Amino acid sequence: MNNDKLVIGGHEFNSRFILGSGKYSLNLIESALKDAGAEIITLAVRRANTKEQENILDFIPKDITLLPNTSGARNAEEAVRIARLARELGCGNFVKIEIMRDSKYLLPDNQETIKATEILANDGFVVMPYMYPDLNVARDLANAGAATIMPLASPIGSNKGLATKDFIQILIDEIDLPIIVDAGIGKPSQACEAMEMGAAAIMANTALATAGNLPLMASAFRQAIDAGRKAYLSGLGRVLTRGASASDPLTGFLRD
Amino acid sequence: MENQFFVDSEHLSPEALSKKHRLETDPSSRKNHMEYLPGMEKIESDVCKNVMEHMNSFDYSKYTAKDVETALEHEICTIEDFKALLSPAAEACLEKMAQRARLETSRHFGNTVYLFTPLYIANYCENYCVYCGFNCYNHINRMKLSLEQIEKEMKIIADSGMEEILILTGESRSQSDIDYIGEACMLARKYFRMVGLEIYPVNTDEYKYLHECGADYVTVFQETYDTQKYEQLHLLGHKRVWPYRFDAQERALMGGMRGVAFSALLGLSDFRKDALASALHVYYLQRKYPHAEMSLSCPRLRPIINNDKINPLDVHEKQLCQIICAYRIFLPFVGITVSSRESAQFRNGIVKIAATKVSAGVSTGIGDHESKYSGKESDEVQGDEQFEIDDNRSLDKMYKDIADEGLQPVLNDYLYV
Repeated sequence: MNNDKLVIGGHEFNSRFILGSGKYSLNLIESALKDAGAEIITLAVRRANTKEQENILDFIPKDITLLPNTSGARNAEEAVRIARLARELGCGNFVKIEIMRDSKYLLPDNQETIKATEILANDGFVVMPYMYPDLNVARDLANAGAATIMPLASPIGSNKGLATKDFIQILIDEIDLPIIVDAGIGKPSQACEAMEMGAAAIMANTALATAGNLPLMASAFRQAIDAGRKAYLSGLGRVLTRGASASDPLTGFLRD
Repeated sequence: MENQFFVDSEHLSPEALSKKHRLETDPSSRKNHMEYLPGMEKIESDVCKNVMEHMNSFDYSKYTAKDVETALEHEICTIEDFKALLSPAAEACLEKMAQRARLETSRHFGNTVYLFTPLYIANYCENYCVYCGFNCYNHINRMKLSLEQIEKEMKIIADSGMEEILILTGESRSQSDIDYIGEACMLARKYFRMVGLEIYPVNTDEYKYLHECGADYVTVFQETYDTQKYEQLHLLGHKRVWPYRFDAQERALMGGMRGVAFSALLGLSDFRKDALASALHVYYLQRKYPHAEMSLSCPRLRPIINNDKINPLDVHEKQLCQIICAYRIFLPFVGITVSSRESAQFRNGIVKIAATKVSAGVSTGIGDHESKYSGKESDEVQGDEQFEIDDNRSLDKMYKDIADEGLQPVLNDYLYV
């Protein structure tokens, strides 16, 4: 278990919980990170694009890896420009690609995300694309140089949990990159379930922001993610979906 | 009390007075408000038809407390549910509506509240809108800032810490032409991260030009969606053309703007119908332009210079709160702006429920930021205000008050790409 590292683009992390930052008070960021045990935090480049006063960057401890996202981008070209701005702002080489052509549901545009992934991976970024869980798109993203795949569990902010569970499972089974479940995870139990399935990590924001006690919820998620990871590594026992199992083997009649 | 909008100034010539009275009393002296003037672009759109069908058939008296409860039980608020939430029957459920609205707001926006300030650069106006302080028959100090003066104002505002600005003019193409507004946008890009515009409606190519100059957000208030009432309130000028105004947001999006803002001026006509139409204007345009960012404002009528009797009639704070909650439940993803027309107490309360953007450090006059921000008497000429504001809080005070409510004030969450 001690050697169980999350590896993204050659970088190793002990924590499998990625924190969002955009929906709660800046002065809660540090304690949320601590209670979540998180080593990576996302932040919107557009939110960091500010003057001296109250820059979100000033509230994030220096040993935490920044994962700037491209929210506000409506196509690949805009995402690439925002990612490059993030690098100029000193946010490092990681980038989470978010491309939305929809202001109501904030669903990602898979096609444009593939294009941006290719450009940014070639440009030396560690690219973590947020996407709608589609196997063909995930393969294209992997071929384009993505470091992870970040499928959505359900609409962002909805706290509805693993609405796309079966499709995320397919990505986990078929793609040789860490699958990080992003968006829609509302409860620790849902995070635990995704980890049991074999997800590499969980990203959450609204679930914490809408909780009564943010640091307490952060620590609840931390434990749930740890529990789910341990269950996955231990190899889950048999879970029957219906009926019971015959105690006499069906193939008992076969002779040597 | 019915509003008494007509005020005669002793400074008007006998000819002007006579024309004013004729416009006020003789409908045949006024132009057809549904007819486009030369140069006004006409676009193909069914948004207006959809909105007006709903508004015209909206009988809010038929909704009962049961309809309101059913609406609040639905996870997705339908148009029919929204109508129930706007009805008088919903007033009894206001606390429940507020609880639901707060939930939706926190899901979509967390606890963030955005801050901005308006900058009026000119108050010349060619329209006679009877309730507005800038109307062409109202005797006020008129002024148009030079580019140097605009820059000076912007510096003062930027030094206060503000990062989002909304540039406003009176509606005069001759005094404040597109080139002038474009220059103001280019200056604003130097000092602010986000530049919005609230000017007279223009054609698509002009919005495109202004977008290239740095503006990315266009606000147009329809004032009222009741075309007959609109005709009686907007007696003269380009603004009188109702349908050209209605399509302004769509032209702005066609011109490449990232976002658009909408509103009726509550208190001019039947506020429930106007609220319905405002939200449906957003709803149908969002379906057509799903990438666009949309926001709603909810201004109520305010007193103006030379007429302190103007008031929002039957739209009391309770009704305003009901409308804002209904907006939030029906359109969880849209921004809701509450301006300094409302009191500090109301704004402190409504940001905890549904509002996501508030103004601070506000002046609706021209060229008076130095005296307003520093308290220093200015020896320069200043232009009069469009209306009286209620909440005079500075950016610092507003920032602190929002933070004290447990919310996160945000000065910028925007990139021009």
